[in-house]
Amino acid sequence: MDLKNYNPLDNKVYQVLNPKGEVMLKDDIPSLDEEQLLYLYKMMLYTRTIDDKALSYQRQGRMLTYAPNTGQEAAQIGSAFAMEKNDWLVPAFRELGAWLVRGVPLKNIYLYWYGNEWGSHHPEGVKVLPISVPIASQMQHATGIGMANNIKGEDSVVVTYVGDGGTSHGDFHEALNFAQVFNAPVVFIIQNNQYAISTSRKIQTMSENLALKAVAYGMTGIVVDGNDIFAMYNATKKAIEKARSGNGPTLIEAYTYRLGAHTTSDDPTKYRNNEEVEEWRVKDPVIRFRNYLLDNNILDTDWEEKTKSELEKEVMETFESIEDKSDTEIEDIFKYHYEEMTPQLKEQYEEYLAFLQGGN
Amino acid sequence: MSNTLNIIQAINQAMMNEMKTDNTIVVYGEDVGIEGGVFRATIDLQKTYGKERVFDTPLAESAIIGTAVGMAINGLKPIVEMQFSGFSYPGFNQIITHVARMRNRSRGQYTLPMVIRAPYGGGIRALEHHSESTEALYSQIPGLKVVIPSSPYDAKGLLIAAIRDPDPVLFWEPKRIYRAFKQEVPEEAYEIPIGKAKVMKKGTDVTIVSWGAMIPDVQKAMGLIENEEISIELIDLRTISPIDRETIVESVQKTGRILVVHEAPKTLGVGAEIISIVNEKAFLYLEAPPTRLTGFDTTFPLPRGEKHYIPSPERIAKSILDLVKY
Repeated sequence: MDLKNYNPLDNKVYQVLNPKGEVMLKDDIPSLDEEQLLYLYKMMLYTRTIDDKALSYQRQGRMLTYAPNTGQEAAQIGSAFAMEKNDWLVPAFRELGAWLVRGVPLKNIYLYWYGNEWGSHHPEGVKVLPISVPIASQMQHATGIGMANNIKGEDSVVVTYVGDGGTSHGDFHEALNFAQVFNAPVVFIIQNNQYAISTSRKIQTMSENLALKAVAYGMTGIVVDGNDIFAMYNATKKAIEKARSGNGPTLIEAYTYRLGAHTTSDDPTKYRNNEEVEEWRVKDPVIRFRNYLLDNNILDTDWEEKTKSELEKEVMETFESIEDKSDTEIEDIFKYHYEEMTPQLKEQYEEYLAFLQGGN
Repeated sequence: MSNTLNIIQAINQAMMNEMKTDNTIVVYGEDVGIEGGVFRATIDLQKTYGKERVFDTPLAESAIIGTAVGMAINGLKPIVEMQFSGFSYPGFNQIITHVARMRNRSRGQYTLPMVIRAPYGGGIRALEHHSESTEALYSQIPGLKVVIPSSPYDAKGLLIAAIRDPDPVLFWEPKRIYRAFKQEVPEEAYEIPIGKAKVMKKGTDVTIVSWGAMIPDVQKAMGLIENEEISIELIDLRTISPIDRETIVESVQKTGRILVVHEAPKTLGVGAEIISIVNEKAFLYLEAPPTRLTGFDTTFPLPRGEKHYIPSPERIAKSILDLVKY
């Protein structure tokens, strides 16, 4: 595929598999072997299991606020799978599938949502930044990492994510503008899941699509069916190759849908009707990919059942390994604001410890 | 060879020195390249170190700071310029939500050795938003350091310390006295430690704590009342955050009186913090109520009114006399 064939001004959507999993563009089936295809499917199941379990723990009062990913697995996993070993991932906050593909341990992810900062400290070599709550602000870090690569002469690429709501932010504009001006090797992915909490994409912007915002920056943009894992993989891979070869950033709009709530603290039935949700259930990215794998005799349903139960066990064990064992060490609250604690911090820490120890 | 510099030249030389020995340092912002900065702080840096390390950016403060976060994460040491501290507000979100927090958020995995430089303060007959003193806004944010020099010697040594600091430093420059006077400054690089105030003059009757462009005005005030035989101890705070409590407390324990002079508004300003420190640590030594002389709790006036806003040497002198006569 050629990114140039999908000028966002033409409002074309790049799709390889239709919602039934049928091949629409035969030449665009990526050359992945069976093991890789099954890995992708397994990561989709893994992501969904982690979501399902987190939501049920949350309902049981065992988990705090959680932002579910269901419906967006292809957008996350397909894009992250196109990255190379040394590439950077700069997340927003709803990229579970991408984090897992890039090597963030589930334990960290649960630890983060469970309320401990150590969930954002990843193993050596995992180049994934912490979750960024301030919307769109992280895109500038991605641009900065890319600019630094150019200055240092390194060839890693940065992939960053933002939601449809984030495209309204000034930081979105500034990050894209800087990236193109400085030819930074960055791939910007908008997970357009149609809602910013309750605010519909339709009133977020009057742009016909979100990828065409790239045009004003002189940047390549493309709208991709975000529920099609092959389309997401191909488009991101092309954009990464383009960036790595010094041909600048790309803006990808992954057109998808959040089947669940924004987070566990909102009720989506208040702002969208069931018919709409049902329409999107038919386009479920996991079912679509599963159909493709079954049609092509790649997926064995016994393997699938076994894998599902193994994943469920692993997810439960991981959660139990942190549950009730993850209270913050008091020293950690003070210790990481500066390389060395200031005298003020030291005093406050020591006074608090003395209080706890029953001093005067 | 003599190396007599004003503050702006000292700042320029600090960057010149450091960029020579540390090739991870990059300098960028609005008009810092070809133009050398609107105050010439970055003059000749691009000529000396090239367009790759010293460059102009599109006009966007948030992205200047936000990209510096990314650069620091990726192993560079960015020094970015806000053209005026009153223009830093579009970057406020990046400073507070990321610059200050990345180390703690990642439990030490990502640290941000970066410097944000900005001219601050009034007195240069400028347009709106070119005159405010914003140090208190940033000093309340955990994870930041805020430094303000008051002389060429301090400007160079403190800026070098800021560049070498493993944590982000906001380096606020007293633009009113950028070219007010020259000093002999070592040509080579040297550091003045961040977090340490300087006792500029020893005394036993009154402690005056001030910083930045107010220091020369305090010195003028001291000249106005030199016949009164008041022994004044003058402390230049140098670092606004973290404040050097020890030097202030030690001084007040000796003098029993303190006057804080700053240009920023009074309410919830840095002076309030200093006086709280004195109350907590030197209460029983006090001979008179701790006092502040500051800018008003008003918007900084346009040029026709600014002479009323900044505490004048005459007002400072009167505050000192009032404090001694209490």
